[in-house]
Amino acid sequence: MTDSKYFTTTKKGEIFELKAELNSDKKEKKKEAVKKVIASMTVGKDVSALFPDVVNCMQTDNLELKKLVYLYLMNYAKSQPDMAIMAVNTFVKDCEDPNPLIRALAVRTMGCIRVDKITEYLCEPLRKCLKDEDPYVRKTAAVCVAKLHDINAQLVEDQGFLDTLKDLISDSNPMVVANAVAALSEIAESHPNSNLLDLNPQSINKLLTALNECTEWGQIFILDCLANYTPRDDRESQSICERVTPRLSHANSAVVLSAVKVLMKFMEMLPKDLDYYGTLLKKLAPPLVTLLSAEPELQYVALRNINLIVQKRPEILKHEMKVFFVKYNDPIYVKLEKLDIMIRLASQANIAQVLAELKEYATEVDVDFVRKAVRAIGRCAIKVEQSAERCVSTLLDLIQTKVNYVVQEAIVVIKDIFRKYPNKYESVIATLCENLDSLDEPEARAAMIWIVGEYAERIDNADELLESFLEGFHDESTQVQLQLLTAIVKLFLKKPTETQELVQQVLSLATQDSDNPDLRDRGYIYWRLLSTDPVAAKEVVLAEKPLISEETDLIEPTLLEELICHIGTLASVYHKPPSAFVEGSRGVMHKRLPARTGSGEGTECPDVGNAAGGSAPEAAPSIIPSQGDLLGDLLNLDLAPPTTTGPTPSTSGMQMGGMDLLGGGLESLVGTLGGDIGGSPAMGAGFGAAPAVMPASLNAPVGGGLGDLFDLGGGVGMPMGAYIPPKTVWLPAMKAKGLEISGTFARRAGVIQMELVLTNKAMSVMTDFAIQFNRNSFGLAPAGPLQVLTPLGPNQTIEVSLPLSTVGPVMKMDPLNNLQVAVKNNIDVFYFSCQYPISMLFVEDGKMERQVFLATWKDIPNDNESQFQIQDCHLNSEAASNKLQGSNIFTIAKRTVEGQDMLYMSIKLSNGIWVLAELKVQAGNPNYTISLKCRAPEVSQCVFQCYEAVLKN
Amino acid sequence: MIGGLFIYNHKGEVLISRVYRDDIGRNAVDAFRVNVIHARQQVRSPVTNIARTSFFHVKRSNIWLAAVTKQNVNAAMVFEFLYKMCDVMTAYFGKISEENIKNNFVLIYELLDEILDFGYPQNSETGALKTFITQTGIKSQSKEEQSQITSQVTGQIGWRREGIKYRRNELFLDVLESVNLLMSPQGQVLSAHVSGRVVMKSYLSGMPECKFGMNDKIVIDKQGKGGGNGCQSIAIDDCTFHQCVRLSKFDAERSISFIPPDGECELMRYRTTKDIILPFRVIPLVREVGRTKLEVKVVIKSNFKPSLLAQKIEVRIPTPLNTSGVQVICMKGKAKYKASENAIVWKIKRMAGMKESQISAEIELLPTNDKKKWARPPISMNFEVPFAPSGLKVRYLKVFEPKLNYSDHDVIKWVRYIGRSGIYETRC
Repeated sequence: MTDSKYFTTTKKGEIFELKAELNSDKKEKKKEAVKKVIASMTVGKDVSALFPDVVNCMQTDNLELKKLVYLYLMNYAKSQPDMAIMAVNTFVKDCEDPNPLIRALAVRTMGCIRVDKITEYLCEPLRKCLKDEDPYVRKTAAVCVAKLHDINAQLVEDQGFLDTLKDLISDSNPMVVANAVAALSEIAESHPNSNLLDLNPQSINKLLTALNECTEWGQIFILDCLANYTPRDDRESQSICERVTPRLSHANSAVVLSAVKVLMKFMEMLPKDLDYYGTLLKKLAPPLVTLLSAEPELQYVALRNINLIVQKRPEILKHEMKVFFVKYNDPIYVKLEKLDIMIRLASQANIAQVLAELKEYATEVDVDFVRKAVRAIGRCAIKVEQSAERCVSTLLDLIQTKVNYVVQEAIVVIKDIFRKYPNKYESVIATLCENLDSLDEPEARAAMIWIVGEYAERIDNADELLESFLEGFHDESTQVQLQLLTAIVKLFLKKPTETQELVQQVLSLATQDSDNPDLRDRGYIYWRLLSTDPVAAKEVVLAEKPLISEETDLIEPTLLEELICHIGTLASVYHKPPSAFVEGSRGVMHKRLPARTGSGEGTECPDVGNAAGGSAPEAAPSIIPSQGDLLGDLLNLDLAPPTTTGPTPSTSGMQMGGMDLLGGGLESLVGTLGGDIGGSPAMGAGFGAAPAVMPASLNAPVGGGLGDLFDLGGGVGMPMGAYIPPKTVWLPAMKAKGLEISGTFARRAGVIQMELVLTNKAMSVMTDFAIQFNRNSFGLAPAGPLQVLTPLGPNQTIEVSLPLSTVGPVMKMDPLNNLQVAVKNNIDVFYFSCQYPISMLFVEDGKMERQVFLATWKDIPNDNESQFQIQDCHLNSEAASNKLQGSNIFTIAKRTVEGQDMLYMSIKLSNGIWVLAELKVQAGNPNYTISLKCRAPEVSQCVFQCYEAVLKN
Repeated sequence: MIGGLFIYNHKGEVLISRVYRDDIGRNAVDAFRVNVIHARQQVRSPVTNIARTSFFHVKRSNIWLAAVTKQNVNAAMVFEFLYKMCDVMTAYFGKISEENIKNNFVLIYELLDEILDFGYPQNSETGALKTFITQTGIKSQSKEEQSQITSQVTGQIGWRREGIKYRRNELFLDVLESVNLLMSPQGQVLSAHVSGRVVMKSYLSGMPECKFGMNDKIVIDKQGKGGGNGCQSIAIDDCTFHQCVRLSKFDAERSISFIPPDGECELMRYRTTKDIILPFRVIPLVREVGRTKLEVKVVIKSNFKPSLLAQKIEVRIPTPLNTSGVQVICMKGKAKYKASENAIVWKIKRMAGMKESQISAEIELLPTNDKKKWARPPISMNFEVPFAPSGLKVRYLKVFEPKLNYSDHDVIKWVRYIGRSGIYETRC
């Protein structure tokens, strides 16, 4: 007599049989039939046809049968709304039942039936149940409000259920309080601005009292709710912490983690010199370690959270390295996470132990784990200088094992070690070279090639080694091809005599036989460099490399802060903000850690400044974002303020896209590298007034005030100011949750500025602005972070000017001067696109020598010439020439033929493209004719538009 | 919160499916089956995100339990809930197996309705649940009974009902410890810790107020050295308690007081790392003789009072995958090479303290051209000893029941210590 038989009926006329049984007079038979129906439902069979028959069984005093019918109703009511009405009567009646269990059951089930008509009938019984004398009914009714809110939020507000729910926070029964808190928290989440939870010291006190008395689950609800509160000062913060710490000894890991979340958050507010602060830090470590003896799934959740905690406050677990040692039988997901934390905790004090462990792990079975262990050894070498030598020898031992993937991984990390400690461990190169043939992964091949190229002068047969790679050049991945190209050029610069043939071979492979624009362009650059100025080539190719950072995979600080506020939740497991994986949560406020409040003493001030990092060293300046996370990164376009990185000479950052480089690419390249050398010839040429070429570095973020100053100077010195189009609205407030952005572009003193006006038309304060550009035709990119220092209050407007550089990634846009922009603030990320006048890109040294102009004009094929008409322009040629010069369009020569003025002009774009122009102006005729010649004819249209705009303004 | 809960058999067929939230559809059931249960490679994470839906799963023998959500839920809570769910099911019908689940599916639905409301876990103490969710259908209860049930389910002492009566008041305390060790081949302790549990089985009348005392260093030191009755105190790294223990009182006074649930409960879990008595030491010696032979010698030494006896001793010596034959000689117990497990398993029934025993084996290997070296997994050990390796001692467990007329002296108390091996490994 078991229930499993219900799963076995699969005959054809089943539905009919069931129908008959459901309508049977015998109670037992009825119950049997309903069980069969539920069994079919579970397996996914459609038994909705039996709806009326099942509902008929609802009127019964048998609780078990009633529950089964309710279960059926919850599943099918939505598909049969009209028939579901039949059940209402019973529900209403059950809500009046003397048995509290039945009252609760009815109200619980009714809330799960998502049929509008039924919901209407639910209101009255629910109101009664919320005030029921029995706590069991009240706690069920509290959750039911949340259910109802999910179906019809308006109804809940209209009926005043929210107020009743708020009252339940003061209920005498702890479980009612806990459920009310859970329901309110959920409802509050969908109304980010409402003050539903209304947390104040009084209500917090009630919650803390209930915390001691309710079930483990209730404690979690309350702690999670507490975490949303921001205490008024450090005293309140401390008193809450004191009442929360006992929870750290709870057997339920979720209670512990939620308590840790509250403590981590409120700790931010405590002054560091407080004794209690130190006590609290000490109290946090043992429970975190204890979490590691839980079941593996919980260990995984705990480890992902510990990873965050260690990044935020490394001091908590710095002495607990041993507990993160991997056990042979740990599931792989636990192993990988432990390894991550081991690397983070590695320090000079424990490095010997860590290394011994890592070496052990490198001999395990799981490929991913072994690779990570090898990589970890490399990270240790970079992090702890004293251990570098031991790490290198460990890596060499591992290479000797000849296990293919171990060798490859080791070579990749050794490359980083060379970068960090140049001229120290090169003696191992010989060993590395022995393994050349076994490398089959692109990353390892590229690393090896880099090593050979970098140390070409010490490797006798470097040319042979590189040549061996060259044979299958076209089958290699791009990464390897690029590295090979650079390595051979390095080799050539170091040993020019014997490698000429090799370098020619690789250059022709890269430029002529390859379809890859990156590769081709890099090839061309090298070719040009080598053929024009070998000294410059040496400077560029063999330049000093920037240091690599010690820590990797660090989470960006603002994200880390947010994740700390989400300890214990899915967000902390994914290491992504909730908006990245929860639908419809984009507008939800990002959680933030509270700011430390001063305790009134002046001595505290310096401490506050670097509060974020704790006593540990500040996070390394450049952050390598972690890769290969659980979710696609696309979902999570998180715009960090761009870290200002200088142009890195030896990397592939110099992508000039599909543009023609032959014109003046070389100068522009040298110009970018050498600061402002490129400016000097133009200065020397001189016009009437000295052109105001200011040696402004591209990277220095020029504040608004400073820019204006430059502008003033420019206005005096130059015949006429550069053309600045009027501001237009780029992002209407409607589309951006209240943020309106308008703006324009200007070129001031050689710096391109994006001038933005941000207006907050929403009700809440906006902070954390950041901006990013999509790739664009001329590599425009912000040269510094968006300087919005103060939060933008409602109805406030702020003007910002953002200096731009032209060294960003390049992609051809349509139209050519289109720019796609993403702006982030604390509310969301917004996207818009705008068009910049191409004249922004006309550089100050765009005046060509007459002879060169003539030769170039002839040299450019006639196919590349385009003609345009400018109508209704009433300037004479002199005025036109002056006006154009203000925008860096230089007149080189003027000829008058039969009353017609012919002006010859030259323009140079920031990426080195030259545009030559011939402007025909006939006295008395308002229509000008202009011919443009350029090696990249695509730009002509834009240039013409500029002419028109400049001349008509 | 939890949007739905599914239970599958090993083939991925659904045995139980309960949806709590509207955002979870039937397709979620299939998504988990296809992407996790039927996925060929090893499961790389207990949390899986498929098309913006997150799945938490735990496995019990062949059965998969999966909780599904589309929200940013408290992940630790979801797993704790799944374990709890398993405990509740085990308490109701024994082992979690396909057969048992199918046999009890109506009961499981009823439980799921009770312990999870709109995805929020509710009271899930079996003691309380068993009073009103029964397999026999609810008997007609009197009004008092009903309100007693509801007040217990929602009350402060949700784990115990009033009016319990025993003729003989009795309680059993089990101190169960598992000692974990990782030792280097040279005999250096890389890491060692004891994780222990105090399990209490009580048959006490009324609502007894209990107080538990042990040789906790902090308490002993506080009482002053003179007061100690000669027993060593131990440093407890951390401990967690059953929800019946008043945590704020422990935090303030470090005293453990509570009203226990009726029957069995795990009162406390603790962890120690200092001054652990390691019951056994394993000394391995592995020598590679040429490419086709390995010589292994392992000595085990017992390290506790000679009057005590360790039981169920098992030493597991891993062998390479290309082992073709093994000859074993051992002084004590029985040893066998188990090809399917790639290990020599050496079993000894009993062994007294301060003794040693030895095994030697010759392992013949097939020549392979596999470049990859054998990983040499650690030698692991299992055993059971009749003392607590952490040194923990129960000092007292006092019982007060003010309303009924029995005193602490009338309660019969039993204490037992069992130390077992956790992960007890020595690298070789």
